[in-house]
Amino acid sequence: MPYKKYTRIRFDLEIIAGMIENNSTVLDLGCGPGDLLNKLIHEKKCVGHGVEIYEEYILECVGKGVPVIYSDLDEGLGDYGDKSFDFIILSRTLQVVHRPHLILNEMLRVGRVGIVSFPNFGYWRVRSQLFFLGRMPVTKDLPYQWFDTPNIHLLTIEDFKKLCRDNHIKILTQISLGDATRGGVLARCFPNLFAKQAIFKVQNMDEATASTHYSSTTAS
Amino acid sequence: MSDDAFENSSVGVVETQYFTFAEPPNEMQLENGERLGPITLAYETFGVLNSERDNAILLCHALSGDAHVAGYHSQEDRKPGWWDFMVGSGRPFDTDKYFVICSNVIGGCKGSTGPSSVNPKTGKPYNLSFPVVTIGDMVKAQKSLIEHLGVKKLLSVSGGSMGGMQVLEWAIEFPLMVTSAIPIATTSRLNAQGIAFDEVGRQAIYADANWQKGEYSHTTRIPAEGLAVARMLAHITYLSEESMHEKFGRRLREKERYGYDFSTDFEVESYLRHQGESFIKRFDANTYLYISKAIDYFDLQRDYGSLENAFKNVPARFLVISFSSDWLFTTAQAKEIVRALKVNRKNVTFYEIPSPYGHDAFLMRNPAMEKMISDFLSHAYAERGNHAV
Repeated sequence: MPYKKYTRIRFDLEIIAGMIENNSTVLDLGCGPGDLLNKLIHEKKCVGHGVEIYEEYILECVGKGVPVIYSDLDEGLGDYGDKSFDFIILSRTLQVVHRPHLILNEMLRVGRVGIVSFPNFGYWRVRSQLFFLGRMPVTKDLPYQWFDTPNIHLLTIEDFKKLCRDNHIKILTQISLGDATRGGVLARCFPNLFAKQAIFKVQNMDEATASTHYSSTTAS
Repeated sequence: MSDDAFENSSVGVVETQYFTFAEPPNEMQLENGERLGPITLAYETFGVLNSERDNAILLCHALSGDAHVAGYHSQEDRKPGWWDFMVGSGRPFDTDKYFVICSNVIGGCKGSTGPSSVNPKTGKPYNLSFPVVTIGDMVKAQKSLIEHLGVKKLLSVSGGSMGGMQVLEWAIEFPLMVTSAIPIATTSRLNAQGIAFDEVGRQAIYADANWQKGEYSHTTRIPAEGLAVARMLAHITYLSEESMHEKFGRRLREKERYGYDFSTDFEVESYLRHQGESFIKRFDANTYLYISKAIDYFDLQRDYGSLENAFKNVPARFLVISFSSDWLFTTAQAKEIVRALKVNRKNVTFYEIPSPYGHDAFLMRNPAMEKMISDFLSHAYAERGNHAV
């Protein structure tokens, strides 16, 4: 199907799309059905491809004309050279890989800027299920039973920030998404408790220090 | 598609056509330094070339294939072309939209100039005096045919196995003539194991006394046994352990107990013999030698210094497909191609299709393969005017 301009995609992906500059190169790890890349390719003239492991998603990407490579992220990004992309996206994928800290370091080796989103396990509804029911939470963002879930490394916003500190990764932007109707302000003030999911723009510490130069060169 | 609808979407009866070119003194220059001419290519076409002449797709056949990719040669013909389910109305290579071309390679024995053709200079069959041709030579000859058909730029080139090698060669050697490329179950160079299997096949032919150093065409004897053994061996490499187990297991052939002799005991023996016997009726032993050699020689790394370098100036978008149980042309080999394309920031899609059928999987119906090719081509067609990335 040909691309229809300004097609609405999932809310968090719209926000991520807004963080990406025109004409940049993009690698989307765990790209799913390719909605984000499709938008970036057509509306922002980006060049790039997705990485996916599920056949159903790969076929959807090909159906949209989005380039996609079948690969297991747990095998690393060895095929890609250092800084070969402007942006590397890991949306709702960090919690499914076997070694999240390694993929995070790999993505910042391969890309100049990383964008990571994940469901926040510290969200109050999640916490309260665990606290009051004493059972592993099942929510809209975490819809699986504990024994049958791809989410093997659940984390909170605070966990992610600590991982960044420990790995010398600088957080450039943090966006905390609360309940769509009521939770906006609370999510901004107390993200670890009130944000359902979070989006982080990150960069390696040493590059972030030289980033003034970087942003002026990419804008030209 | 229902079974009936699928049957109705067939291209029906087709006729093989012939194109002769490179008439002396304008013979075609071959990679080995020799010149060959005149050259005849057998080919078949399906669908209609549009007025912009930009909807043509070239399909490239594998070792034992030919120009007859789809449809039937007559109403009585029982077996359709080798990729029939892929070519037709509404099929992945949609003949309502695209003009599909398939030609027999040079060196072949299905109507194109090869070792069994008559050398006009001597009036006798070339036999082993036929020059050793390469994948590059096959593609160069196809280019003459494509131009003869009035096509300046191919919407796509696709094929499996040796056909996939031709696809890569096309995209690299004639970059401005290829909009998209679909190499399937293929490699940029055969590994030692692949060359080893080819050599055993050739040795089986040499060892047949009826081969007579290739000079059998004017005698009453042909190296049928040698060619059959070559085919039996090769056929094993096209299957997988799993598919052979599923198909035959240890089942005995029309008997309850072992014969304790050297007649056929197992189903799998009978099957392979049948494969060998039916192959000798339709294929020429010398052609087998030439084409298997061309496959062995193919090496993009060697020709271009590195695979990255080979794809440097290739504008085509790629759909690379491998099959999980293919141990002859492996996923690891497909990934080398994909990696080189990625390094060059080319538009590439890759999928390893799960299949138990080994290398031959590309010749069998598979929903994922059919859907991907159909969608990939639709986008290549819709965006054909845009400058490729």
